[in-house]
Amino acid sequence: MPVDTVQEKVVYDRPRSLADVPNHYCPGCGHGIIHKLIAQCIDDLGIQESTILVAPVGCSVLAYNYLRVDGCEAAHGRAPAVATGIKRVHPDTTVIAYQGDGDLLAIGTAETIHAANRGEKITVIFVNNAIYGMTGGQMAPTSLQAQKTKTSPYGRNPSEVGFPIQACELLNTLRAPVFIERCAVSSVKTILKAKRAIMKGLRNQVEGKGYSFIEILSMCPTGWGMQPREAASWVDSEMVPAFPLGNVRDR
Amino acid sequence: MSRGRPEFDRERCKGCTLCIGTCPEKILAMSRDSFNRQGVPYAECFDESRCTACLSCAIICPDMVIQIFRLAAVAGE
Amino acid sequence: MGVILMKGNEAIGEAAIIAGCRHYFGYPITPQNELPAYMAARLPKVGGTFLQAESEVAAINMVFGASAAGARVMTSSSSPGVSLKMEGISYISGAELPAVVVNMMRGGPGLGNIAGAQGDYFQAVKGGGHGDYHSIVLAPSSVQELADLTVKAFDLADQYRIVVILLGDGFTGQMSEPITLPEPSGKTFDKSRWSLSGAKGRDPHIIASMRLNPENALEMLNLRLQAKYRQIEQSETMGDAVSVEDAEYLLVGFGLSARICKSAVSALRKAGVKAGLFRPITLWPFPSAQLAAAAGGKKKVLVVEMNAGQMVQDVRLALGMVPVDFLGALGGITPQVDAIVERIKGYAG
Repeated sequence: MPVDTVQEKVVYDRPRSLADVPNHYCPGCGHGIIHKLIAQCIDDLGIQESTILVAPVGCSVLAYNYLRVDGCEAAHGRAPAVATGIKRVHPDTTVIAYQGDGDLLAIGTAETIHAANRGEKITVIFVNNAIYGMTGGQMAPTSLQAQKTKTSPYGRNPSEVGFPIQACELLNTLRAPVFIERCAVSSVKTILKAKRAIMKGLRNQVEGKGYSFIEILSMCPTGWGMQPREAASWVDSEMVPAFPLGNVRDR
Repeated sequence: MSRGRPEFDRERCKGCTLCIGTCPEKILAMSRDSFNRQGVPYAECFDESRCTACLSCAIICPDMVIQIFRLAAVAGE
Repeated sequence: MGVILMKGNEAIGEAAIIAGCRHYFGYPITPQNELPAYMAARLPKVGGTFLQAESEVAAINMVFGASAAGARVMTSSSSPGVSLKMEGISYISGAELPAVVVNMMRGGPGLGNIAGAQGDYFQAVKGGGHGDYHSIVLAPSSVQELADLTVKAFDLADQYRIVVILLGDGFTGQMSEPITLPEPSGKTFDKSRWSLSGAKGRDPHIIASMRLNPENALEMLNLRLQAKYRQIEQSETMGDAVSVEDAEYLLVGFGLSARICKSAVSALRKAGVKAGLFRPITLWPFPSAQLAAAAGGKKKVLVVEMNAGQMVQDVRLALGMVPVDFLGALGGITPQVDAIVERIKGYAG
């Protein structure tokens, strides 16, 4: 007698480059999503054995424990310089500098601009969550006007401390970079676009093309004092108007 | 028969509820009287028959909690 | 190759290339600018990388990366710029990476002036950066030694996975002297078991100074570092004794001040005063035993430095009860031979 069986095929699983360990990020934090996208891209491009990751100082200081590639720490803000040193020694590897707000746009502003200006053939992933997460929620260079943080308890006042910095637009004044895009990980739709941007940024290195910069708006539920789903909505409703999504440069 | 089936690693779930918010079929919810070893209620699918294997929950999960299986009926011999 | 006339700063560059260094990251600052310029011209010719970084901070972090990637790498600066490198030097030390850092000292503190000086002994020898670490510190006192000790620096750095500081001064860097270029040492060091190159056919390597888990992980790292430093203290001290056997008075100096003291010893001997000189060449590890042997039985020891009294503290520690006097020179002024001679003659009465 014929019997129907149900065949199961796994269509979404842990990427090989993503370590099978729990991560220390808060519930709903964007880092976990972004690490996963990077791992998927590394697998899709087949570059697990030739990728080197430079971790920042910040919540993702242990990023090298979560991505199964050669990894390296960097002093706060210096990831682009460390990445430059690595890439100049091993030009055939894919070197990723993974950084947060303070790392990239406060203490590391000079390293960010000059690695981009030199056209270092690296991929910089900028996780913008408008706050300093690891140290307890202080104001970041990308904190929004009127945003309350530990060091702007009355709300960010532009007449005292200026306005949030738009990294993609800033780097777009430089001649050398080949790819600059801003994405988000607030919804499935934005996550899929972010993955495509990361893919392009990494493929540019594989093809020897030049400096790629991907800014990713990300949730920090703990720093913002919100539930994760609320935080994801806040990215869409509050951050995107200040940091428009989309490609700024694609050569 | 449903098109898909999500499998949740309940010990890795941090209870962020991003998956619950994104599921288009609205078939995910937090466990009610059950907690994982972290002391956190975890996300689970309460009606697998309506899963379309759209991958949304797995895509948004920051902690690789969810595996998705696509189901196909195979005629018996 | 025979004898060649070379400027101090350039001799360092050529010696680094002889030692196999193919990556240099630096930033302009007087009085060492000839070194980055030399590397900018020479490195591309030997297939190496020269990069003028955006700051001394960026440069030391490029050194971190290139060293993590397994390369022989050097940076150079002068006192204020070396202050900027201190965080990076601490990181490199904690991550146990090899690196050569050249400091051609100038007058300080602060912006100071551009004359040679020796005010960074504490910074180099006692730390400068945060945490319990040491760098091997070499004190050349001639252009020949700038070259010879540069080659040695790369070997020591690789052998012990440590920062080696070549502690020169602005005058020696600017001097041109006839030298014989050193030979490569022929030593090789396998870095494949820890360096970053892409995890091909192996588990990933992680280069980091941070240790969070388990609770005692950082203690264990520090214990290992300390054991390494004790081993270096046993094996790598270097010093030079001149006319000490029958000396009644001992001069102690390093680098340029030692060279001036050497002239003072000649002048004193001519005047019938039995003076000698002990010159530490490794400032860390400090050659305490050799110094004590040289100072044994001496009536007085005079330490001469181009600072307010830094190495003299280590001399006093090493010599215990032997009376140790100090003659300093500040802000880039060099001590004069006459002043040293008069001081020693003053002890004799």
